Amino acid sequence: MQCPYLVQLKGICKSFPGVRALNNVDFDLKPGEVHVLIGENGAGKSTLMKILSGNYMQDSGEIILGGKAVTMDSPKKAEESGISIIHQEFNLVPQLTVEQNIFLGHEPRCKMKLFPNRAVSRSDAGKLLERVGLDVGLDERVEDLGVAQKQLVELAKALSLDARVLIMDEPTAALSSREIESLFGIIRQLTGEGVGIIYISHRLGEVHEIGDRVTVLRDGQGVGTMNVADVVLDELVRMMVGRDLSEMFVRSRVPAESGRKIVLKAERLCVDGLLDDISLEVREGEIVGLAGLVGSGRTEFAKAVFGVLPVSDGHIELFGERVTRSNPRNLIRMGVGLVPEDRKDEGIIQILSVQENITMASLGRLFPSGIVKSSIERRTTQKYVDMLRIMTDSLGKQVCFLSGGNQQKVVVGKWLCSELRLIIFDEPTRGVDVGAKAEIHRIMDDLVRQGVSILMISSDLPEVLGMSDRIYVVRSGRTVREFARDEASQEEIIRHAMGGESCAS
Amino acid sequence: MTKRHLEGEAVRAGGFASPRTFSSIMSRMAGLLGLFVLLALSSPAFLRSQNLINVLRQASLLTILSCGMTLVILTGGIDLSVGAVATLSSCMTANLFRVGQPGSSVLLGVATALLVGALCGLVNGLMVAKVKLPPFIATFGMMQVARGCSLLLIGGNIIYGFRRDFRFLGAGVIGGIPVPIMIAAAVVGVIWFISRKTVFGRSVYATGANKRAAMLSGVHVDRALVQVYVLNGVIAAFTGLLYVARLNAAEPGFGDQLQLQAIAATVMGGAAMTGGRGDVTGTAVGALIMMMIINGMNLNGISSLWQQALTGAIIICAVLAENLSQRRK
Ligand SMILES: Nc1ncnc2c1ncn2[C@@H]1O[C@H](COP(=O)(O)OP(=O)(O)OP(=O)(O)O)[C@@H](O)[C@H]1O
Ligand SMILES: [Mg+2]
Repeated sequence: MQCPYLVQLKGICKSFPGVRALNNVDFDLKPGEVHVLIGENGAGKSTLMKILSGNYMQDSGEIILGGKAVTMDSPKKAEESGISIIHQEFNLVPQLTVEQNIFLGHEPRCKMKLFPNRAVSRSDAGKLLERVGLDVGLDERVEDLGVAQKQLVELAKALSLDARVLIMDEPTAALSSREIESLFGIIRQLTGEGVGIIYISHRLGEVHEIGDRVTVLRDGQGVGTMNVADVVLDELVRMMVGRDLSEMFVRSRVPAESGRKIVLKAERLCVDGLLDDISLEVREGEIVGLAGLVGSGRTEFAKAVFGVLPVSDGHIELFGERVTRSNPRNLIRMGVGLVPEDRKDEGIIQILSVQENITMASLGRLFPSGIVKSSIERRTTQKYVDMLRIMTDSLGKQVCFLSGGNQQKVVVGKWLCSELRLIIFDEPTRGVDVGAKAEIHRIMDDLVRQGVSILMISSDLPEVLGMSDRIYVVRSGRTVREFARDEASQEEIIRHAMGGESCAS
Repeated sequence: MTKRHLEGEAVRAGGFASPRTFSSIMSRMAGLLGLFVLLALSSPAFLRSQNLINVLRQASLLTILSCGMTLVILTGGIDLSVGAVATLSSCMTANLFRVGQPGSSVLLGVATALLVGALCGLVNGLMVAKVKLPPFIATFGMMQVARGCSLLLIGGNIIYGFRRDFRFLGAGVIGGIPVPIMIAAAVVGVIWFISRKTVFGRSVYATGANKRAAMLSGVHVDRALVQVYVLNGVIAAFTGLLYVARLNAAEPGFGDQLQLQAIAATVMGGAAMTGGRGDVTGTAVGALIMMMIINGMNLNGISSLWQQALTGAIIICAVLAENLSQRRK
């Protein structure tokens, strides 16, 4: 008898010290379908997938593959059973090259099995990169890539395994529309070949675009599984959060007063090989959006302002003064902060606690005497944990044990905590759920009302359009167009970001 | 919002960086206790107060030295030069100022030693933080230089016969408790405070745990590194003085094995060589465990030839057990 399911999970329970992450969850996957898994930050989505992929052992419950119960006790076992996973927090070795990462653990071998077959792995890796639409050298080291590029390397790595079950944990969180299109193309092709795909995302619009069935998790429990065709978005949101929620935060606009002070001004800014000619300005109490494709130089610009990348030509003015030698420490003292795009390597310090992470950039301000007072530190942290609704069972929990979205909130909290005058947000809501996203948007709005200025980089166009007072479009390291908020539209921005056809600006 | 988001005071926050650090210290304490019972059972002599004090006294110098090493390892580095620096600074003091001679100044002698230690540490720190040499290489070089200097300074001679007030530091007893034990307790306390309760200490942990994120959060990573190596140099020099005071002799070569013992005690104490994880209290327990093992072997008449091999094997097993328990979920 042929089992109609590739995977069945029955009654899965999993507890961590202090948290019950999963409580009696059922889930299944048929060949050739895309089964979307949604839920708030910390609902247990990643944990469930880590159990299926052999990274965690369930406390109780069964994993059934093709009708047979199995114990999934190691990632290797999952790989051999045809299950491959794209982790939310990537699993790449930064010091190795793109090619080495793709084939890590399963390098193509020569006949004698002794030596790696370089020729085969090279040409295979090349094909994979082309398939996922990633334009980097095979010998580039992964640590030099941006987050979106790392995401695509993860995808290539997962594809190289020829799996029958492919788990994608928030694959689109860092991607812009172009990459998402090609990802969806790959998904459709794979499902056509009978591969089953489990797809996790906080971009709920994608549920209807790519999904066949959808399962909602809330607080570690399954709330229901439905055919995508039978549900509307609002209903999904209600199931996720347990109440009605206006999905988006809408900024209440105040007409901009003229003559507000210029806070950040970049003039013909160049960074060797990465940027040529970025010119823009950010005024007091303004949110300026920076739109563009992945790799267009937005992140590099933020890093140049923050003193991490050396400026080769042009200049930066902050608060009316020309910046000469900048480094993060000085800039923070001046009141400038950068919420980095790469939360795993640059945002959080994984093995330190929530508390230590949130106060990390404010220690000098909070404790001018150099002595850390626990009570003050705890109170300060608690304020931001409450404000951002960071889900953690204690302030002393190591950040690496938080869910992805909650880690992102810790990074945001760190920079809110340091009371700045200009905050550069690079993908501020990457991986956070709808509710938390609206919350972060509301906080940004509060900040600009208080006179703080914000430069926001985001691949999520609705976010850029919804939040910005002005928008600059960046293409190949240049600012190619400036939009006032009512001139901009999704199509216009995409057109300028892609360049190419009739680009009269 | 949801019931699982805990509000206000409901959220626990310990004095320890994380529950895990706490539990790992507890497990080490349990190990210490187990070892204690084992030794007490194996040899009646172990429990005699004279023997217990002896173990503590032997562990005290190692503990002090390992406190500095712990800071270095917390930054993700290593310092191979501490043994040689301890030797050099104390030989220099012994030679130049003849602490032993009547009329010479103990204070000046001690100050010189600490200054030499600080200088060696400064060079180490600059090599690591500014020149970006791997700590292993930078401090290996320093070890050789310091060894060479000690030999140049006093050749193969042994300088002995020091003033009483100086020897008191290493061999004195107050109220039945040897002075080095008190000094060690004080050093552990001070270093614990520095590492856990100051902004500098926080920079040390942050630097070791994720240098890049620390730097991007405005932590003065380079300065923290230099300070840690300087502090470690001073502690090494101070330990060297205590050794000389205890043995009443200074000779080149007495510290040759010290850096390895300090690294072993730190790792036994639960610090990760990759940085950012560990605690000086754990290190103190680690040093104590090492000394108790040696003491137990002595009491049970195990030959010194076997002792080295056994100690090595025990260290490996302890760290292995720790790693395995960390990996289990
Ligand atoms: N290794 C761990 N140790 C302790 N707690 C953990 C661990 N892994 C996950 N948790 C906890 O389990 C819960 C579920 O986390 P999980 O990562 O599955 O959430 P998620 O649904 O993927 O959320 P997100 O959308 O933010 O990625 C969270 O409360 C998290 O803090
Ligand atoms: Mg997740």
